[in-house]
Amino acid sequence: MSELRRTPLHEAHLRLGARMVDFAGFSMPVQYDSIVAEHRAVREAAGLFDVSHMGQLHLEGPSALASADRLLSRRVSNQREGRVRYALLCNEAGGVVDDVTAYRTGESALFLCVNAANVAKDHSWVLKHVEDGTRVHDASDDTGLLALQGPASGDILARVGAGDARQLKRYAFASFELAGARALISRTGYTGSDGYELYLEAAGSERVFEALLAEGQRDGLVPAGLGARDTLRLEAAMPLYGHELDAESSPLEAGLDRFVELEHGGFIGAEAIARRAAAGHGRALVGFVLEDRGVARAGYEIAVDGTRVGRVTSGAPSPTLGRSIGLAWVPPHLAAPGSRFDVVIRGRATAAQAVETPFVEIAG
Amino acid sequence: MADYDFPENLRYSREDEWVRADGNRVTIGISDYAQQQLGDIVFVELPGVGTAVSAGESFGVIESVKAVSDLFAPLSGTVAALNEALADTPEQVNESPYGDGWMLEIEIAGAEELDTLLDAEAYAAYVAERGD
Repeated sequence: MSELRRTPLHEAHLRLGARMVDFAGFSMPVQYDSIVAEHRAVREAAGLFDVSHMGQLHLEGPSALASADRLLSRRVSNQREGRVRYALLCNEAGGVVDDVTAYRTGESALFLCVNAANVAKDHSWVLKHVEDGTRVHDASDDTGLLALQGPASGDILARVGAGDARQLKRYAFASFELAGARALISRTGYTGSDGYELYLEAAGSERVFEALLAEGQRDGLVPAGLGARDTLRLEAAMPLYGHELDAESSPLEAGLDRFVELEHGGFIGAEAIARRAAAGHGRALVGFVLEDRGVARAGYEIAVDGTRVGRVTSGAPSPTLGRSIGLAWVPPHLAAPGSRFDVVIRGRATAAQAVETPFVEIAG
Repeated sequence: MADYDFPENLRYSREDEWVRADGNRVTIGISDYAQQQLGDIVFVELPGVGTAVSAGESFGVIESVKAVSDLFAPLSGTVAALNEALADTPEQVNESPYGDGWMLEIEIAGAEELDTLLDAEAYAAYVAERGD
């Protein structure tokens, strides 16, 4: 077995008594104390996540914007500097290579924040498809990334000297100085709560992590792991690559219409996505709640009258709702809120009902 | 390594269940180590009264936020009682693994079966061996 990679915060996690797990080849904290407690802290106060395992691919040069327009499901060329857009990298067949956030950093510069498991794949995909005159640089190893999430996040940033970040609109970013380090801070996140993501030099990120934890304690800030990150994003019905998104599924099947600008047309996969939508997808991604006890897990069957009709893509107990929730592929006629079907849990049909998503009210 | 509580008056299995003996009627649950490893417990599925359970075999399921795990019977016998409160409050297993978090009472064939289990000291050593 190859050695797990470590983020710049590895020692800090061990000092905090985190339970470490293998995630995408990295040793990452899944929880420090309790997933439910960390989840609640984010909803009610704040949680601090190390997400330094995620990758950053920088595109620069005279053709960088044109390259990005070709690669991404939303246009970057009309995106203002200092703004972030969530978008998909699609393949020619209309499937998804990865879901990313695109940061427009300059006149002809941007970077993509990509999933840890997909960094190498995305890097070669981008290299293969950029135009002449675009330089691509993988800065993942040099970049530390913290996610400070929850309603108290802005006040906590103010305590470490970055109070001006509170002026950022959702999906905007700027440069700040905090705890003696420079950071690019964006008002973004993967939890459904208000919050910020802080891009740091790898070397300075531990100092910032410790300063935030120390200063944020009185606001209820706790370190939070990947376990809470997953339950939070699920309540917000945000997709996770490898679960709701993959190389075969169209982003429109997954309900991501808002992030796919078919009219802009020129991106890789646009034609196939339009063609597949016109032909009818045959399935839809739906949010559901379990009506009975139990937990729906990824991979469980969806059935109606004992016949398999679909599959759970993600599921977990929702700490906010106090019941089990999930996302699943179902036939389109079962996707309307109120539709009923069963989740097969260890051979037993457990009643579920389709609901509107997100499951909880989310920020911005 | 984390602190665990392993009461001296209990016996333990290598699958991290504890056993409290009272003649041929024994009470079982999961150890403090097991509940800490699992994290927030959200669901416990137990067999009904009268069900036969076999040592080393799965008798039920326990689910944390992240994962599903089997529960393994530390001894063979017949289920005499189950902790029905765990259906509504599975978190009792985290809060009080040796008290309100108990799972089953089973009738065993003979008290000599208990000799197959570890005492607190041997179990603590076994946990330490495995690390966190």
